[in-house]
Amino acid sequence: MIRESYLNALVLFLLLAVPVWATIIDEPFTITLATRAVIFALAAVGLNIALGLGGLVSLGHAVFFGIGGYAMGILAHHAQTYTPVMSLPFLIEGTKSMPVIWLVAMASSGLAAFAIGTLSLRTTGVYFIMITLAFGQMFYFFTISWPTYGGEDGLSVYVRNEFPGLNTLVPIHFFAICFIILCLVLLLNALIAKSPFGLALNAARQMPKRVQAVGLNPNRLKLLAFVISGVIAGLAGALFADLNRFVSPTMFSWQMSGEIMVFVILGGVGRLCGPVVGAVVFVMLEHFLGGLSEYWHVYLGALLLIVVLFARGGLVGLIVGRVDAHD
Amino acid sequence: MSIILIIEQVLNGLQFGVMLFLMAAGLTLIFGVMGLINLAHGSLYMIGAFAAAVIAGLTGSFILAIIAAMAAAAIVGALVEMVVIRKLYGSDHLDQVLATFALILIFSEGTRWAFGSFPLFLDIPNYLSGPVTLPGGIKYPLYRLILIGVGLFVAAGLGILISKTRIGIQIRAGENDREMIAALGVDISKLYTIIFALGAALAGLAGALVGAIQSVQVGMGEPVLILAFVVIVIGGIGSIKGALIGALLVGLTDTLGGIFLPELLKLFMDTSTAQTSGSALASMAIYILMGVVLIWRPTGLFGARA
Repeated sequence: MIRESYLNALVLFLLLAVPVWATIIDEPFTITLATRAVIFALAAVGLNIALGLGGLVSLGHAVFFGIGGYAMGILAHHAQTYTPVMSLPFLIEGTKSMPVIWLVAMASSGLAAFAIGTLSLRTTGVYFIMITLAFGQMFYFFTISWPTYGGEDGLSVYVRNEFPGLNTLVPIHFFAICFIILCLVLLLNALIAKSPFGLALNAARQMPKRVQAVGLNPNRLKLLAFVISGVIAGLAGALFADLNRFVSPTMFSWQMSGEIMVFVILGGVGRLCGPVVGAVVFVMLEHFLGGLSEYWHVYLGALLLIVVLFARGGLVGLIVGRVDAHD
Repeated sequence: MSIILIIEQVLNGLQFGVMLFLMAAGLTLIFGVMGLINLAHGSLYMIGAFAAAVIAGLTGSFILAIIAAMAAAAIVGALVEMVVIRKLYGSDHLDQVLATFALILIFSEGTRWAFGSFPLFLDIPNYLSGPVTLPGGIKYPLYRLILIGVGLFVAAGLGILISKTRIGIQIRAGENDREMIAALGVDISKLYTIIFALGAALAGLAGALVGAIQSVQVGMGEPVLILAFVVIVIGGIGSIKGALIGALLVGLTDTLGGIFLPELLKLFMDTSTAQTSGSALASMAIYILMGVVLIWRPTGLFGARA
């Protein structure tokens, strides 16, 4: 049994060491895989704030992932075709600058999370799960039937967006950007969990009535957690779109929501690095099992069943050996 | 825009609605009695459609195919309940979502492995195909009328089953207080398996019936599953009556929205903009309906508990 903080350090160290090693031996594909894992981990860390801390089982986080992706896609599309995003009532130009795109992605997914959260939090339990799922479908079908930005075919961006001082076309540079963002968000997550807000949120998850009795509004706490969670997922979406240089309605699909949730559960709900472990294991399975068999989802499904039925607390829980993450 | 077109579209909406009801009825029963959220219900729909396509291909009989669809879905449903689902009744919804999501992966990829990615075809038999003339001179496909009839028949049958029979009493008692009916000597785990198999058979029936007008392929169940979720959220989880009314509302909104929203928007804007924004809006219409219902009644139209 090792302590969870050592495990976290080890996970992040390995996640950094593998691409660095791949750069040295010149294996760009491995770096791309690692970047994919880091971006998925980022989205999952976002979900974990709503799910692990707030107890909000959102099966619609692909909405925010997709909005982030489309924020990047739309801005970069207008920049590469030299057309304005809108000219009335005031002029907005497209851009290829990553920081600007991130801000737009985070702001728009945050707004969406606020709207969806306000509506969905009127309900609890199964209703909440189904409503978030339905909102996801709503965005999915909207992007499919809206032809301006490619409809079902999606949007391609020919050159990766720019970040001042780095050449994002070099795989390890782009990896570094994603990795640093992941570390910052993990730090934020740890700070939130220890902050008065995090403690109140934790209490609101376990016993909303008592939280109300001490004068806090549990739903407002949960809404804030949902918005923070959506903002992070949106940022991950923008990075994911930049990794693939392509956005499509698939980013909004309910399978995407399911997969983000799988990362969290596979790794361990409510654990700081649970989502990171989950995403890394998922990408590795996808790569290695996908190479062995076209039907690797069968094995993924079986593994998931085993984790849910027998290994509560996910992989991190299995290694660290404490079943309860919240104590 | 003629009155005939409107009647046709209303019938199409009804047909879509009653098929959604077949899915939603199983989901809402399973949730109402066992408190289980079952994402794998769409897989049972798919299994029904595949079983029907295979049996229709072997025997040429559509009736046998429908029976096979219900039997296959019920058997798979009962097996899944006994092997996996039974362990999930006590767990929280998160575990149920994950485990049934895992089941979807297994069923979908398993089916793809067995049948390949290409769609199978299930044909409407000759004696059910072709149009019939309704009063008023409207020509409408016979098969779709039959679907409406089957759906309403099943709805009536379920209503009688739940309100009049012994098993229906047990189901209602199970919804209210499962410890108490176990204490009264009802074999609760057998009851659960029966309900699960019943829900699965209805999903299989829907899959086979719809499979004959669409193609039978992997992944066909999930879009319907999500619509069925919308239906039971609107109707109120656990209520069969809610599922029927919700299903008809969703079916009509979706069908009529796709036709009339573009027409409505043409009054305000030019034709091509109206067409695109109308169809985009129509694809969101049922979710907007759901949002409105929830703002008005957070537990659905006929729902008692959250």
